Amino acid sequence: MSTYLYIAAAVLFILGIKRLGKVKTARSGNQVAALGMLVALIGVLVEAKVLDWTMASIALGIGTVIGVLLATRVQMTSMPELVAAFNGLGGAASALVAAVELYDKSKESTLASQDTMVATTVPLSILIGTATLSGSAVAYFKLAGKPFPHPFKGALRNLSHVALVLGIVYASYWSATSMGAEADTAMIVLLVLSTIAGVFLVTPIGGADMPVVVALLNSLSGVAAAASGFVIANQMLIVAGALVGASGLILTQIMCKAMNRSLGNVLIGGVGDGAVAADAREYHNIKKTSSEEVAMLLDGATSCVIVPGYGLAVAQAQHTCANLAKELESRGVDVRYAIHPVAGRMPGHMNVLLAEADVPYDKLWEMERINSEFENTDVVVIVGANDVVNPLAREKTGSPIDGMPILDVDKARTVVMIKRSLSPGYAGCRNPLFDHENTLMVFEDAKAALQGMLDELKEM
Amino acid sequence: MDAATLLFVFVLAAFVGLEIITKVPPTLHTPLMSGSNAISGIAIVGAILALQGEYSTTAQVLGFVAVIFAMVNVVGGFMVTDRMLSMFGSKKKKV
Repeated sequence: MSTYLYIAAAVLFILGIKRLGKVKTARSGNQVAALGMLVALIGVLVEAKVLDWTMASIALGIGTVIGVLLATRVQMTSMPELVAAFNGLGGAASALVAAVELYDKSKESTLASQDTMVATTVPLSILIGTATLSGSAVAYFKLAGKPFPHPFKGALRNLSHVALVLGIVYASYWSATSMGAEADTAMIVLLVLSTIAGVFLVTPIGGADMPVVVALLNSLSGVAAAASGFVIANQMLIVAGALVGASGLILTQIMCKAMNRSLGNVLIGGVGDGAVAADAREYHNIKKTSSEEVAMLLDGATSCVIVPGYGLAVAQAQHTCANLAKELESRGVDVRYAIHPVAGRMPGHMNVLLAEADVPYDKLWEMERINSEFENTDVVVIVGANDVVNPLAREKTGSPIDGMPILDVDKARTVVMIKRSLSPGYAGCRNPLFDHENTLMVFEDAKAALQGMLDELKEM
Repeated sequence: MDAATLLFVFVLAAFVGLEIITKVPPTLHTPLMSGSNAISGIAIVGAILALQGEYSTTAQVLGFVAVIFAMVNVVGGFMVTDRMLSMFGSKKKKV
């Protein structure tokens, strides 16, 4: 019985993910996938013969309550952190499933002597699951704006990585070929090393590459689930995990492509280390302006492009931004949004925020489409974006954002940059755009500045 | 079940995963990620099985924690995805 339910669940997952990839069917796709999960849950409750129902209901209840609270309370602006946290929890669950098998089955004989497949996949599942958890934790802190530097630099870093890989291989072998208390010790060593592996995987990845990391961790959480499927010999877990792993990999590739980098380059790059130091003294030609002046400028414009970035998310300014755009449109200004593929901290971050503010989808222009339009744009308003408009990326300077495709806003007649200070962006490098002759700086919080412009416009 | 069969299933499923996601519009990157992320909470099946009587108390405690983690992942993931996608929907009606 449960086998048939598992087959149904696997089919629902496939259909669900497929539908999630199309705008029209996305919402139903998510619901189909959720239904698949429900069917899988019923399947396991049927399969589990001597289940401790009280424990199971309490655990499911606690999980549901926390999940509902997180999902309903979270601000759309902190979606990247939430997805990172969920990734980590999924990875942790997979690792725990493998840990349970290892703990219970290696009491009287070694795993290797019982089943080669289990002996191989248990350490693998612990490794991937735990690394997903610790990697997601680091990503979470990085996304929340807390620095998390790699403890080693240069040759020492490579050496530490080699030592770590050797250690993990040995601990895996050890845990599969020992029993009793020794196997438990081996497992703890493996857990510690796997945790370090996840940290080392994510720490070197620099600022602008964060969306790639979130996508990659998503893929890893799928692989972790598949690995735990091998451990308990459940095909449905393998199917679901492999689906997520593969689709996550595609998403990761799309991200890398958008940034003109290879995945290997992102992972080993060590970007962000040799960051070109940036401080206010390096700028010589800063032109400061006020919301009032910008309002006048916008009123006289025929075309305006808004470039949203992470600052818009932090300031919760998406609604104010949309209102300003509506006011401008009512005055005959053509308003569009330029969306850089990695604007914000996760793929599609800006799309979600602007959708929340009811901005029509056709107003959002992708980078390739809008870049040729900047020459004919009167005013570009950059709201809390920095790295994605940094012209430094077009030059070979060894900066962390070298070669990243950017929005060519400097070609517009006037660029208005709303930014709280001259501090560098997430990638930590100087932005020559601040000094550009056509650039005007508004040193204010994004929401306050946009509201100021809106108020001024309404009085005109 | 033998290892080869499971590996066979894994490889086929991975190919299906690569094929069904081809051109995803940027708007859907975040929902696709959080939706598929919820699916990776499928480890909940393994976690619930670890709550069975044949397992030791320690194992059951670990399983208990695993069920909570996976359930947060599943419920939270699907709900937040739906919340995001519902915003896309409400916008479409106005256009």
